[in-house]
Amino acid sequence: MTLLDFARGPALQFAIIVFVFGVLWRLVGVLLLPRIGDRSPPREGAPATWLGAARTVVRRMWPRREFIERTLYPTLNSYVFHVGLALVVFGLAPHIVFIRDWTGLSWPALPSDLVLAIGVVTLVSLVAVLVRRLVHPVLRLLSHAGDYLSWLVTALPVATGLATTMDFGPRYETMLALHVLSIAALLIWFPFGKLMHAFFFVLSRGATGARFSHRGVEV
Amino acid sequence: MTAAAAPFDRQGTQGDAERVQAAMRSFVREFGVTAALHMEACVRCGMCAEACHFHVATGEAKYTPVHKLELFRRAYRREVGPFAPLVRALNLVPRPSIDDLQQWQELIYDSCNMCGRCTMICPMGIDIAELVKEARHGMFAAGLIPERLALMDRTARQWGSPATPAEDLPDILAEIVEQHGEPIPCDLPAADVLVTAAPAELGDHTHALAAAAKILNRAGVRWTMHQGGFDASNIGFNNGDLPLQEQLTRALIDTAVKIGAKTVLLPECGHAYGAARWEAAKWYPQGVPVRVMHMVEYLDELIASGKVRLKPIGETATFHDPCQIVRRGGLEAAARRVLAALGFELHELKDHGRFAYCCGGGGGVVSNVRAAPLRAKAFEIKKAQVEATGAKHFVTACGQCRITLEMGAKQAKWDRQVESLLELVAERLVDEGKP
Repeated sequence: MTLLDFARGPALQFAIIVFVFGVLWRLVGVLLLPRIGDRSPPREGAPATWLGAARTVVRRMWPRREFIERTLYPTLNSYVFHVGLALVVFGLAPHIVFIRDWTGLSWPALPSDLVLAIGVVTLVSLVAVLVRRLVHPVLRLLSHAGDYLSWLVTALPVATGLATTMDFGPRYETMLALHVLSIAALLIWFPFGKLMHAFFFVLSRGATGARFSHRGVEV
Repeated sequence: MTAAAAPFDRQGTQGDAERVQAAMRSFVREFGVTAALHMEACVRCGMCAEACHFHVATGEAKYTPVHKLELFRRAYRREVGPFAPLVRALNLVPRPSIDDLQQWQELIYDSCNMCGRCTMICPMGIDIAELVKEARHGMFAAGLIPERLALMDRTARQWGSPATPAEDLPDILAEIVEQHGEPIPCDLPAADVLVTAAPAELGDHTHALAAAAKILNRAGVRWTMHQGGFDASNIGFNNGDLPLQEQLTRALIDTAVKIGAKTVLLPECGHAYGAARWEAAKWYPQGVPVRVMHMVEYLDELIASGKVRLKPIGETATFHDPCQIVRRGGLEAAARRVLAALGFELHELKDHGRFAYCCGGGGGVVSNVRAAPLRAKAFEIKKAQVEATGAKHFVTACGQCRITLEMGAKQAKWDRQVESLLELVAERLVDEGKP
């Protein structure tokens, strides 16, 4: 078995199992906690709970004008790497083929040179995220080891993917194997660290939206 | 946790281990689904720091709102979270120590107003202010709150108010009536509205209580104040003392029920609204049997119904939005309707409405003498924003905000008066039959 076979086979399968069960375990573990209902009478004209929740989920997709002055750089950079990651993951032809083989779903690919450029921008953006976390006093204070690990398992697939595409480093098959292994690492760590915000953001925003729409506050 | 040792106070005679255990037990009880989701969703982006007046005013990282939850987070991860057994077995997250808890007091009491501006900025929508309130329950259980707040707590437990014993209420009201010439019914056996006060209205701000009396009397409302429940400023809500919060809440609601009142009217006080309007239902699972209203919404309704009419002032004004009634209470529009009825040309602060900066005194911080220097720094933000409006009047609708802003102005030698929305309404009432 070559390294690539191992990466594409048992390593990825194991990673996907950890990912699926880990994500379910963490979500269910939280959602099974007691629900402390709000029995206060709602503000007159308050929307239905689900609508209040949904509005906040959507509203927090973009920044508030009131805060943009103080948060412009991290806000923009967050958009860059989130959108960049999405375009690279779902826009590159080999990724679409891979996803089609697993799920049967497919869609048109973006030009590979464009995806390459987006990949470079995304990696630069991620490096900027790390540098900021290392030097900004607030982020240094808040950060745990898991936050750095989350950064690493996000940045590695981008870096190895770029190296694979650009034929940089060891031979193609080895580089591709490293790329797949880095994705396996991402999937394995995903349920345990803050990458879970990909699921929790909806629930967390929704809970606050429900709480405050009940009071007649648009949050 | 912080470089320099922070000041702290201790109450009671519990040993250190018992204190830690009491805090942990309480923390763990707080984690329902919503609190847990909010613990789980944080990505440590640090955005909340940019919303907090204490961080903005000082630049100090330790005032980052979500950092104030660090020990609460540790309790969650070790005892409640989905991977808690693993976290404990491998000691991935250290158990809070007595030193940690003591040092935490400054972050959770001195430098947080539970104003919720951080809740507005968080990309994950984490309601940090609510979590701080929940964490305070554990600090109270551990006997680790600022002594000044503990003193008020003990007084309120005994008197039903941190300001005055219930039995003194008739005499105090009689003095206010004599001073301002407006009748204030006390202890009537039946009324439609139970009117409550903030402590300052029985002391330095008696004018506000007289103003409320004047409006209610002119509007022909059947109302009374009552020894059974008269102080709406819920010190238990601020301190993290849930039994006291319940005692003070029940005093208001049960007294209202006893005299057949349909409405409990809260004074110009933010936390009174947070406690009675949104949290009373904790103790009335079948539904709160009376309507709980803040003075601002009551004035808004009186004006809308035509029961009171106002002579317009016709000058410029700016408005400080009290966090608990606007950002966390939903009365942003009601306050502005009352200002409009007063004929003000409103010059909004740069940050206003639900994005307004806190006065710096909420959540008990105004009473916490230790926090005065920090409060003064935060005041500079508000001062600069008020000056930038160029407005003639500076109005608010919370007695605690007013006290905080007045203290800030005095210290900064800033010659601006903070006016009460309620008092302005009372001054501008149209006397029916007179021009």
